[in-house]
Amino acid sequence: MSKAKLMDFDKALEIYEPVLGFEVHVELNTKTKMFSSAPNEFGGDPNTHTTPVCLGLPGSLPVVNEQAVRYSISLGLALGCQIAPSSRFARKNYFYPDLAKNYQISQYDEPIAFEGSVEIELADGKLVTIPIERAHMEEDAGKLTHVGGSTGRIQGAEYSLVDYNRAGVPLVEIVTKPIFGAEKDAPELAKAYVSAIRDIVIGLGISDARMERGNLRCDANVSLRPRGQEKLGTRTETKNVNSLRSVERAVRYEIQRQAQILSEGGTITQETRHWHEDTGTTSAGRPKSDADDYRYFPEPDLLPVVPTPELIEELRAALPEQPVERRRRLKAEWGFTDLEFQDVVNSGLLNELVATVSAGASPQAARKWWTGEIARLANAADVDPGSLVTPAQVAEVQALVDEGTLTDRLARQVLEAVIAGEGSPRDIVEKQGLAVVSDDGALIAAIDEALSAQPDVLEKIREGKVQAAGAVIGAVMKAMAGKADAARVRELVLERATAQ
Amino acid sequence: MSELTHHTAAELADALASGATTSVAITQAHLDRIAEIDADVHAYLHVNAEVSLAAAQASDERRAAGKTLNALDGVPVAIKDVLVTTDMPSTAGSKILEGWMSPYDATPVRKLREAGLIPLGKTNMDEFAMGSSTEHSAYGPTRNPWDLTRIPGGSGGGSAAAVAAFEAPFALGSDTGGSIRQPAHVTGTVGVKPTYGGVSRYGAIALASSLDQIGPCSRTVLDAALLHDVIKGHDRHDSTSLTDNWPSFADAARHANLTGVRIGVIKQLNGDGFQAGVMARFRESLDMLAANGAEIVEVDLPAIEHAVAAYYLILPAEASSNLAKFDSVRFGMRVTPTGGGTVEQVMSATRDAGFGAEVKRRIILGTYALSAGYYDAYYGSAQKVRTLVQQDFANAFAGVDVLASPTAPTTAWKLGEQLDDPLAMWRGDVATIPANLAGIPGISIPAGLAEEDGMPVGIQFLAPAREDARLYNVAGALESLLTTTWGGSLLSQNRGLDTPGGYSTSVKGGAR
Amino acid sequence: MSDISEERVRHLAGLARIDLSDSEVTALTAELAQIVDVVAQVTNAVEADTPATSHPIPLTNVYREDVVTDDVLTQEQALSGAPETDGSRFVVSAILGEEQ
Repeated sequence: MSKAKLMDFDKALEIYEPVLGFEVHVELNTKTKMFSSAPNEFGGDPNTHTTPVCLGLPGSLPVVNEQAVRYSISLGLALGCQIAPSSRFARKNYFYPDLAKNYQISQYDEPIAFEGSVEIELADGKLVTIPIERAHMEEDAGKLTHVGGSTGRIQGAEYSLVDYNRAGVPLVEIVTKPIFGAEKDAPELAKAYVSAIRDIVIGLGISDARMERGNLRCDANVSLRPRGQEKLGTRTETKNVNSLRSVERAVRYEIQRQAQILSEGGTITQETRHWHEDTGTTSAGRPKSDADDYRYFPEPDLLPVVPTPELIEELRAALPEQPVERRRRLKAEWGFTDLEFQDVVNSGLLNELVATVSAGASPQAARKWWTGEIARLANAADVDPGSLVTPAQVAEVQALVDEGTLTDRLARQVLEAVIAGEGSPRDIVEKQGLAVVSDDGALIAAIDEALSAQPDVLEKIREGKVQAAGAVIGAVMKAMAGKADAARVRELVLERATAQ
Repeated sequence: MSELTHHTAAELADALASGATTSVAITQAHLDRIAEIDADVHAYLHVNAEVSLAAAQASDERRAAGKTLNALDGVPVAIKDVLVTTDMPSTAGSKILEGWMSPYDATPVRKLREAGLIPLGKTNMDEFAMGSSTEHSAYGPTRNPWDLTRIPGGSGGGSAAAVAAFEAPFALGSDTGGSIRQPAHVTGTVGVKPTYGGVSRYGAIALASSLDQIGPCSRTVLDAALLHDVIKGHDRHDSTSLTDNWPSFADAARHANLTGVRIGVIKQLNGDGFQAGVMARFRESLDMLAANGAEIVEVDLPAIEHAVAAYYLILPAEASSNLAKFDSVRFGMRVTPTGGGTVEQVMSATRDAGFGAEVKRRIILGTYALSAGYYDAYYGSAQKVRTLVQQDFANAFAGVDVLASPTAPTTAWKLGEQLDDPLAMWRGDVATIPANLAGIPGISIPAGLAEEDGMPVGIQFLAPAREDARLYNVAGALESLLTTTWGGSLLSQNRGLDTPGGYSTSVKGGAR
Repeated sequence: MSDISEERVRHLAGLARIDLSDSEVTALTAELAQIVDVVAQVTNAVEADTPATSHPIPLTNVYREDVVTDDVLTQEQALSGAPETDGSRFVVSAILGEEQ
């Protein structure tokens, strides 16, 4: 694929106004699937999490998972939506091998939630309201693996393999209205919006929201219109954007790509585009055409969902605080400066921090880990920090520092080993013998040896020139292969020097 | 022919209870009967004698141990091939599912097994239950035991013929627009379409989800009620299954009483387009009911004039979606075009080769009815007609307990006679379709023979939703009056049944 | 009169994934035109404000508890009816179109 020419971003913004829209799919973390009692679990041997319903076997019938309905209503409420007094399922008919019945049970003209909004916060603290058109329930498709051809892509594959473990996993699709006025913030807004949805569903506890596992998937619609023009431009829908960073990059890329084409007098094709994480580009996919005729009709095997006002109020009362409010509270609780807190929010690490703090780490320690070492490693690997380690692991590393088992330097070493998948922090410390030598006897022996090797230094210390101790401390740390607490070594050096 | 095959299921249950016979003996007698005549009738697609006899053996052992599961424990039953079974192939009469073994049992089948009944085999049907003659089976037509040159009705011609030919005491069928009742009408048997949701559809290969209903086929009203009692009730696998506590239908049949029963005769189904012999038997039955305590009134259901049109939009629309799953990926036939092809081409080639003409016709019609720009006019309007039909029934039932009509306009036609005219066959469903649109229960029982062709004629009763018991009451009463007049069952007038050898000669003249 | 043409029938067959032969298309076009003329009467039978009925027996809120049941199939059962598998997954020929 040849690399498309891109217009400079700032220049593109001078000429064109970007209009955005998002379709975010959230996989719910119910125990079973949307319409079948098969387990809703990530992974597993292929085709082991199915019932006749998931495979679309002849005669099988769907039955709605009540928990999925409750989760969907909660999500609708958290998005500020109205909950439909009566909503129903519809069949979306199209043939595709990952779709067992060759129709997807979704919602069409009667979604469970509609007309809401989400408030998001940009890096500079600016609040933006994203208008939500609807949120509806549907089922996920199975997973295809393409064999032969290049790098597992569909093009050029010889054949494909189908695993229906994911088929029927409950999804809520959240659709925004067109978003105007984002201007140069468009890429950042895209990321902040998806991050806000992630915060909301994690706060509700209704999804694992792990983008790298596809729990949260974003399709980003981008169109440009020349400044001053009212009519909307032709939009593209970029799929497969599976990290917060990619959402930002993909929107920026599409703005630049479309601007270049339009400025050359070209036209934008209404199509699906695929985001490629490796190259940071999008490529053309399926064109949208009049041939798309999904023949929606009310699902005759399922009955309308008519939530009682009592149920809606019960779920409303149980809603956690809104993300913006929550951020205000956390900042106060943690005592972070504006700069520190913005840094966390902008890195999309708030939930990781909350989880790390609740696993026992101090807020400052948690912040340093996530925005420091982990962010650095994630950046180098071009992945989201949250995909590298779990908050529990970070808290465990910090606990080892707090109890004196590890120095900061050793802790970083342990963390890298955890990321490399070598085990839990404590296991790694044990296996690799990375713990600080906390046995004073061993330290004293090394100190005495160093002091006797450097009698001049000993003399200076005794004369009260304590800064001279540095040379001895350095020698001791070297002798201990870094596995000593420098502060303790310093204490002991002074003690031994004056005692001798 | 063994005497055992001529008993009703109720009689067989009594004989088993008294120790006069065994399930193995009964089952073997039916297997022998099938071996003797089914090459002519072709009611069955699959028979597994070994499995059936093993189940019969187990039933006899339970009985010996005093652990009988149900009064019908040990009584054989035939199963329409639309219901999936783990121990016999399930094809729905289609090549696309040839040889397919389901990893699960349909709920009605599971209930039969749990009650100790003995599945004899799977019965023939129009492919995916699309048809009124069983000629649309991919495995060849079933023949009417009254005249092997004629159709046994459809789509459940196999179940009706099996029962009429004494190849099973009773059978399961499915009724989407009359597929249980119309075959009963043309074979001189009893067929019941229960209230929608009264019997689970789980494991019934779907034709039109909002119309399909599983029900019993039998030779007597009591046997239908007994089988209905076994399969009825809520199933967590079917969202549309009702949670009602159903009364005993067998009790309703046993205590039939016409006193004070008001019967409405549907004005729109009372003459026009109906064969003379069909109308004659219908009117005689009404007279008999009136003479024995029932009150007969005429009711007007204007919306059913549009019922057939609405039905032939709703059914194809739902079917076009339900049949999309037959795509060669997870089960069933796969046809790869010469030289290979993409999965899209494989699917298209498979569906062209695997589906018969009637199935393709309805899938294309349904795809059209749902497609962008046509939905409101066609599918949408049809759903509105459905509302009008329901309102008409509600108005009618405000004044009467049950409704009555001939079950179908004509007696059994000759094989091949209507194959080239799909609309003609569809018009034959005019009396049965309204019940499916409204979800109400219906029954067809034998009313006699048409003098013009000597073929059986049925009478249909309809009741309000959830009032299936009324059907067993009224039909049970009429059956008793008619059999008294006839001096035995209508089927006993079919002399050809006992001389199956004679069939072959008649087949030669009429077979296509 | 209906607007059923051979072109439309081909389009519908494409949507329905049926590889109709030319003679099937010709036959179906004539039959469908005839059928549609008959069934189209429904449009005149109803009023704009007539409510639609999609379920014959009205029920609402029919739900299942969120628990795994014994309806779960083994891998062997799941694959048992397949025309082709690789031992754990269903095998299909190369896919032309994109995911939707």
